[in-house]
Amino acid sequence: MTKNDFAVVGQPLPKVDAWAKVVGETRYADDFFLPRMAYAKLLRSSHAHARIRAIDTARARAVPGVYAVVTGADLPPVKFGILPVSQDEEALCTDKVRMVGDPIAAVAAVDEETAEQACRLIDVTYEAQPALMSIFDSLAHPEVRIHEYGDGPNVHKNVALQFGDVDGALAGADLVREDVFFFEGNTHLPMEQHAAVAQWASDGKLTLWSSTQTPHYVHRVLAKALDTPAAHIRVIATPVGGGFGGKTDPFSHEIVACQLSKLTGRPVKIALTREEVFYTHRGRHPVLMWIKTGFTRRGDITGCHLRTWLDGGAYGSYGVASTFYTGVINPVTYKIPVYKFEGARIFTNKPPCGPKRGHGTPQPRFALECQLDKAAEQLGLDPADLRRRIVAEPFTKTANHLTVTTIGLGECIDKVVEASDWRAKRSRYGVTAAAQGGSREEGSEPPSPKRPGIGIACSAYMTGAGTAIYWNDMPHSGVIVRADRSGGVAILCGATDIGQGSDSVLAYLTAEVLGLEPVDVQVFPADTSLTPVDLGSYSSRVTLMCGMATIQAAGRLRDAIFKAVARKLEVDPAALVARERKIGVSADWDKAVSFARAVELGEAMHGVLAFPGSYAPPKRAGKYKGGGVGPSPCYSYSACVVELTVDEETGVVDLRDVWVAHDVGRALNPLLAEGQVEGSIYMGIGEALMEEQVFRKGLHKQPSMLEYKSPTTLETPEIHTILVETDDPEGPFGAKEVGQGPLLPVIPAIANAIHHALGIRIDEVPITPDKILKALELKRRGKPARVGPERLPLFTFKKPVVVESAFGQPADTIGVRPFQS
Amino acid sequence: MIRLPSFTYLAPRTLAEAARSMAEHGREAMLVAGGTDLYPNMKRRQFEPKVVVGLRGIRELRGVRSENGGWTIGSGTTLSEVSSHAAITRDFPALATAAGLVSSPQLRNMGTIGGNVCVDTRCNYYNQSYEWRKAIGFCMKRDGDICLVAPGSSRCWAVSSSDTAPVLWALGARLRLVGAASERTVPIAALYRDDGIEYLAKQQDEIVADILLPPADGWRSAYLKLRRRGSFDFPVLGVAVAARMDGQLVREARIVLGAVASLPRPAERAAAELVGRRITRELVARVADLAAGPSKPLDNTDFTHPYRKRMTRVFVARALAAIGEFGDGGPPSEEVA
Repeated sequence: MTKNDFAVVGQPLPKVDAWAKVVGETRYADDFFLPRMAYAKLLRSSHAHARIRAIDTARARAVPGVYAVVTGADLPPVKFGILPVSQDEEALCTDKVRMVGDPIAAVAAVDEETAEQACRLIDVTYEAQPALMSIFDSLAHPEVRIHEYGDGPNVHKNVALQFGDVDGALAGADLVREDVFFFEGNTHLPMEQHAAVAQWASDGKLTLWSSTQTPHYVHRVLAKALDTPAAHIRVIATPVGGGFGGKTDPFSHEIVACQLSKLTGRPVKIALTREEVFYTHRGRHPVLMWIKTGFTRRGDITGCHLRTWLDGGAYGSYGVASTFYTGVINPVTYKIPVYKFEGARIFTNKPPCGPKRGHGTPQPRFALECQLDKAAEQLGLDPADLRRRIVAEPFTKTANHLTVTTIGLGECIDKVVEASDWRAKRSRYGVTAAAQGGSREEGSEPPSPKRPGIGIACSAYMTGAGTAIYWNDMPHSGVIVRADRSGGVAILCGATDIGQGSDSVLAYLTAEVLGLEPVDVQVFPADTSLTPVDLGSYSSRVTLMCGMATIQAAGRLRDAIFKAVARKLEVDPAALVARERKIGVSADWDKAVSFARAVELGEAMHGVLAFPGSYAPPKRAGKYKGGGVGPSPCYSYSACVVELTVDEETGVVDLRDVWVAHDVGRALNPLLAEGQVEGSIYMGIGEALMEEQVFRKGLHKQPSMLEYKSPTTLETPEIHTILVETDDPEGPFGAKEVGQGPLLPVIPAIANAIHHALGIRIDEVPITPDKILKALELKRRGKPARVGPERLPLFTFKKPVVVESAFGQPADTIGVRPFQS
Repeated sequence: MIRLPSFTYLAPRTLAEAARSMAEHGREAMLVAGGTDLYPNMKRRQFEPKVVVGLRGIRELRGVRSENGGWTIGSGTTLSEVSSHAAITRDFPALATAAGLVSSPQLRNMGTIGGNVCVDTRCNYYNQSYEWRKAIGFCMKRDGDICLVAPGSSRCWAVSSSDTAPVLWALGARLRLVGAASERTVPIAALYRDDGIEYLAKQQDEIVADILLPPADGWRSAYLKLRRRGSFDFPVLGVAVAARMDGQLVREARIVLGAVASLPRPAERAAAELVGRRITRELVARVADLAAGPSKPLDNTDFTHPYRKRMTRVFVARALAAIGEFGDGGPPSEEVA
C-alpha cells in the first residue's frame, strides 16, 4: 500500500491521551484514593548479604494507627519470578537478604508517616555474610553462595552457542581484532515511581491497580504468591508514567499490598520512594565483553566470536533472556557468516538487573560498533562505507537461524551520511586533520581546546519477542472490537500504555479500518477481567502484535457491517468502502450510509457486534537449545551519526548534533515515531556519558535523582530524525518497532566520534571526563591511548551447542502465523 | 514519598521577632527562607527541628539597594532576582553568574541568597536518607561519630557547596548579622569555619540580614563552576576571581575556591602573585598553578577528587583569562562544565 491509500495511518496526530496528561486529568496509581484506604511501607534490608536470625515486630504493632504488620511468615511459602526458570524471589525475605533494599517486612497504617515510623521500630537480627559486589568477587568466592541454584557457584546462567567453524573463519581473515569492553550498569529513571493500590474486597475477590508494564504476568504471579485462584484476581494497569523496562517484573510491593488488604479489610496503597525505585531496579546489566572478529581487506566480516559476562545482581529477573540477548541480536545487522557466542550471568549482592530499553543488546552493540570503527581505521576504510558494504541481506537467515525480513539499513546509512555532511566533516575534523593543519605561527592565538569529531554506528532490534515468557500455544495479543447502534466503537485490549502511545495506535488502526476518526474510538486497555490477554509492554511488541490483532478484529467488524449495508444498498459487499465516517460505493457516494446507520443495519442482521482479533508470532524458533530467544516477526534498523567537541583540558564532551535514520517499516504516526527516536537518543546519551548504577561499601552510591546523573534538556543536542519506510510484510500496515532500537547506535557513535576528535579510545561507558584526560595522558606519553577494562574473569564457559550456520539461507515463510483465519 | 517530620512553623513579620524566636527556642529551632535546602534535608532526617522560623514574611530582608557607593542585598532576595538585577549584572558579573548557576530556575525562584550563603555543607555519605545512612553506619555529621570519607579523622569533611559564597568573598562582601540582643557587621570570611558540621561562625540567634558589597570601581570578576550537568547540580568546584584593575595593571586581587573544602578556600599566594602585574598568559599559568595548591578535595562529591583537583588549575586559568580579556573560553560568565 502507498501512503495515499491511508486516511489515518501516516498522519502526525497527537496521542489520544495527550491532553489528559497535559492538564492533569490522567489518574496514575498514586492518584487513587478509595474509602477507608490504608497506607503501606516496606522495611528493607540494611545489609548487602546476611542471614535473618530473627524479626521482632512487637514494637511496630504497638504504634497507634498501625493496622497490620507482615513478614514473610505471613505469606504463602512460595517463591516467584518473571521467568519460570528463575523462581527465586520472596515478597518478603524469610531466611536471607541478598542486597541492601531487599524487603523484609511491611506495615499498613492510617497514614504514610505512621507506617514509616512503625517500620523503623521493627527489630531484625542479622548474621552478616560477605557481600559480593562484582563479577570478580562472586567468581573468586564460590564458598559464599548468593543462591543455591544456577549453573555453578554464583553463576546464574552459562550459555554457549556456535554456528559454523568460527576458528577456521578467523584463521582465514586478513585482519583479526580482539577487543575488550565494559558497559557499566544504569537504571531506567522513570518520572513516576512505582505505586499500587490493592483491594481484597468482602466478596473474596482481589483487585490490584498498579503501575506495571505487564498486568498479565503480575496476574499470574499474584495467583501463585498469594495462593489464590487467578479467576478471583483482577489486575488493572494504571497509566504508566514511564517504564523503560523497570515495571516489567512482578514486584514485592504489589504482593504485599494485596496481603495487607486481606489482613486489614481495607484498600491498601503503597507508593515507592525514589530510593526504593533504585533498589527495585531491573535495569541495564553491567557487562564485560571480549569480542574477536575476522575481516577481509575490503572489510567483510569472516566470522565473529563474542564472550559476555553479565553482573546480574541479587535475583534472576529476566536474566536468562538478558544473557542470550547479549549474544543473539548482533548477527541480524551485518553479514556474519559464522558466529560463536558464550555468555554467563553472575549473581552479586546488588539490586537485580533486568530489561532496560534495548534489553541486553546495547552492551554488545557498543562492543561490535567500536570494534568495527577500529577495524575500519586499520584497513584504511571509511567506517560508514565499511558498514554500508556489510549490511545483511533481506529475507534471509542469519548464522544463528534468525529470519530477517525487510532491511532498510543501507538507506539509513546513506541518509545520515548525507544529512550530516559526513564526508566533508570526517576529513575536516579529527586528529589527522589537526596534524595536517601544520604548525602554528609564532605569537598566534592558541587553538581552542574544544576538538570537533564525528562518528557513526548502526544497530538492529527486534519487533516483539517471538516466544512468550512461559511456553504456550495461545495468542500473544488479543483484542475485542465492539460497536453498537450509538455508532460508538470500543476496543478492549490487554496492552498497557506506558507513554509510548499504544492506546493511540489501537485507536488509529481501528479508525483506519472502519473509516472513522481516532476520536470516535474508545480504548479500554489493560484490565485482566475485561480485556483479552496481551503479554505486556516489553520487547517492542505492542504496535505489531496488538496492531495485527486489532486489524483482524476491526476487519471482522467491518465485514459484518459491509454485509448488512450491501443488502440495504443492493450492492456487492466487495464494492463497499469505509471512509469519512460513512460506508458506501465510491462511484455512488451520495448513497453512502453513515457509520452509525451502518452499525444499526449490522446489529439488526447479526445481533451483538463484538469481534475478537488474535495474534501470535510466526513459529520460527531455531531448532536448537536456546533458539527461542532472538526470533521476532521482523527487525528494525538504525544508523546514527554524532557530531561533538571534546575539551582537551577538561575532558568535557559537548554534543552538537545527532542524526538518526530509523527503518520503522511504516510510521503509523510519524510524530510518535519521532518522539520515540528522540527519547532513545536522550537516553543513549545518558548511558554513554554519565549514568552509572554504582556501589560503595555494599550500598548504592547515589540513589537519588540529584546525584544519579542523568542528562537534562541542556545536555541534549540538536536531534535530526529521519524515518525510513520499508513496508514490512509482517507488521500492521508494514510497521516495525521504534521504541528501543534507536537508542542502540547512539552510545558507540559517541565513542567513535570522541576517537575521531582526539585519537583516543574509551572502551567503557560511561565515558567520563576523567577517563578522557587519562587517555590523553597515555597518548602524550606515547602509550596506547585507550582506557577500558584491563582484565577478564577466569571462567570456563560450558561446551557450546554446535549447529550449522544458517547464514544466507532463504527466510522461513513470510506472513504465516497462528490465528490468521 | 518521603514525608517531613512534624514541626512548628513560626512566621515572624520582623527581623527582631525572628531573632527573638531563635533565641527563645535555641538549638531546637532552625531558620528557613526559600526552603530548597532545609526541607529536603529534613525529609532525609538530617535535621529534625522542633521549630522552624520562616523568614519569607519579613519585608526588610528583601531587595537590592544602593548604599554608600556600594550595594546592599537583602538576604531574602531570591537567587533569580540577584542573577537578573541590572546593577549586579553590571558591577558584579561573577555574582550574577553564580546566583544564576544555582540549581534550577524553579529553585532559584524560591531559594534566597542568604540561604545560599548559609547552605548546609554536603557529602555523599551524608546527603542520603535515614535508612541509607543507617545501613552504611551513621557519620559524625548526623547520628554517628565517625567520618566515612576519611576514617580516623576527628573532624567532618563535608563540603561547602555555595556558589555565591566564594564570589562574595572574592568581592570583599561584608555581612550584617542581626541577633536578639545585638547586631554586627563582619567580612564574609568571618562567617565560615573549617568544619563540616559547625561550618558557620555565628550565634544560634543571629540572622544574616544583609550582604554589603563595596563600590565596584575598577573591579572585574568572574565565576566558573564545575558540575556534571547544566542545571540542578551543586558545584563540585567553584572558582571566583576578582581583580581591581588600574589600566592594564592589577592593583588588588582575590581568588576564592568553592566546593573543595568545608569552607570557601582563598588562594592567597596565587592572588598576591597577580598584584602589580599585567595579566599575561605566562602569569596566568603561574597563578593557576599556585591556586591549585590549596584545592584539596576528598572523595565525597560527584566526579573523582583527583579530577576536581586537576580542574582547579584549568578553571583558575580560564577565569583569569576571562577577566584579562584574552580568553577564548567565552565570556566571563560562561560556565565550563
